[in-house]
Amino acid sequence: MNAPIPRRDIASSTSAPLLSVDNISLAFGGVKAITDVSFDIRKGEIRAIIGPNGAGKTSMLNCINGFYHPQAGSITYKGNKRERMRPHVAAAQGIARTFQNVALFKGMSTLDNILTGRSLKVRRGLLWQAIWFGPALAEQIENRIAVERIIDFLEIESIRKIPVGKLSYGLQKRVELGRALAMEPDLLLLDEPMAGMNTEEKEDMCRFILDANRRLGTTIALIEHDMGVVMDLSDRVVVLEYGRKIADGTPAEVKRNEKVIAAYLGVPH
Amino acid sequence: MGFFLEVLIGGLLGGVLYALVALGFVLIFKASGILNFAQGAMVFAAGLGFAAAMEKTSAHMPFALALATSLLLATGMMLLTAWAIERFVLRPLVNQNGLTLFMATIGVAFMVEGLAQQIFGNNIRRIDVGLPKTSMFILESQFDGGILVNALDLWTAVIAALLVVALSLFFQNTRTGRALRAVADDHTAAQSVGIPLNWIWFIVWSIAGGVALVAAIVWGSKIGVQFALTFVALKALPVLIVGGLTSIPGAIVAGLLVGMGEKFAEVYLGPSLGGGIEQWFAYVLALFVLLVRPQGLFGERIIERI
Repeated sequence: MNAPIPRRDIASSTSAPLLSVDNISLAFGGVKAITDVSFDIRKGEIRAIIGPNGAGKTSMLNCINGFYHPQAGSITYKGNKRERMRPHVAAAQGIARTFQNVALFKGMSTLDNILTGRSLKVRRGLLWQAIWFGPALAEQIENRIAVERIIDFLEIESIRKIPVGKLSYGLQKRVELGRALAMEPDLLLLDEPMAGMNTEEKEDMCRFILDANRRLGTTIALIEHDMGVVMDLSDRVVVLEYGRKIADGTPAEVKRNEKVIAAYLGVPH
Repeated sequence: MGFFLEVLIGGLLGGVLYALVALGFVLIFKASGILNFAQGAMVFAAGLGFAAAMEKTSAHMPFALALATSLLLATGMMLLTAWAIERFVLRPLVNQNGLTLFMATIGVAFMVEGLAQQIFGNNIRRIDVGLPKTSMFILESQFDGGILVNALDLWTAVIAALLVVALSLFFQNTRTGRALRAVADDHTAAQSVGIPLNWIWFIVWSIAGGVALVAAIVWGSKIGVQFALTFVALKALPVLIVGGLTSIPGAIVAGLLVGMGEKFAEVYLGPSLGGGIEQWFAYVLALFVLLVRPQGLFGERIIERI
């Protein structure tokens, strides 16, 4: 095992935010999913988004990577305010994500799935790619090396050639993380990466997330229900309830917050 | 023996035509998971457009130039069709399930057929792109009387082979090829890794349009451009089932099998069963394949964890 990596003091640092969400509201017809929420994600941190079911956590991630477009408020990413960003544009700008219900390409092998994460790294034209020669070949090799590194990192060598539809749920989640990492993202959005896993699988996943953050320097936004995991991993936590922000701060601060305790344990009426 | 071979070759060459139409279906299914009911209509429209362009241009310029201009115009028309389908039909239906998209393509089929006839009229048109049409005898030294083949059919086979090689290279080796497969599997995930859905759909419908144009030209040279071309697409459905919906080689092999099987059934079983077997043989073959190998000869096994 690696030596424990020392915690950094991101919470108190004043580094510029990588992404900031300002007064966002999102509604589906009459249903308000998010109401006037603001928070920011600083470069290099692990930012957890927690809250009871239906609090608007996934909707928030969907806004950040462009699947949804909030009706009010704005999102600023790398210093640029974005208007109605489309998901593939967000991806091109370095936002990768995983999904609550694993969204892999089920008919393809683990290797091919992770290779799709390199889609944006292929520069040579169609013709070069088709004849598989010269500069295109060099580029292919480069991409394969990058993918092999990720396979190595996530310890999934043995399932390289297996169609992902055949894999267990835990392994599928790992492949999905691999595909996102293959994009070499600046901001990685993880939607319940540990849901449905046993303790051992959770520990592995925690290790991968921490490694991705500390060694690769990836900024991470994380939705997770396991409070132990959230408190251990995250630098700062934002808490949502019924689409509103009720708390924001370090894990220790959030844990003491009365509104948060009420939201999770319920209060007598 | 000579007669047997003649039937065999005739069947195979007829099968190439089925394969060409089936290819258009496979491309779109591979890339978007949609069974494109409009493929037949696209063949019809491409044929009408091309034939009309040939008539207009050949009066004013030499044949080769007229041919090139018409090809360009017809390709442009198919690109425009692809763009319109993407923009007005598919884009609003992102992330809908396969059945919804399939129903939408039925609508597209009627629109394309109707518009094409509105613009180009519904007369039967001839297509002549200068492919030789002479019948000839080959292998005369081996067999008494040789084997009768049609030069046009041979050319069709060559064109189809070139098309298949090009498309296979494209799908297997290129990033766009992998992106197409990704989009077919999961729209959301494909978008999240940076694959622009709209662009991919435009590309694939354009390619399907191009394949439709090639199919229209070879079919049109043989039987003329007429509304019946849209029914040819129905013959492509059993070909798809036999070959597997997702396989380009499958479409070709199955097209050949169906073409060959039809001819053999007609010639050898026809007399005892009363003829007309050619009309339904393909469907019975498809039914049989569905019973023993639902994914088709070359299709991907459908994997589902429960």
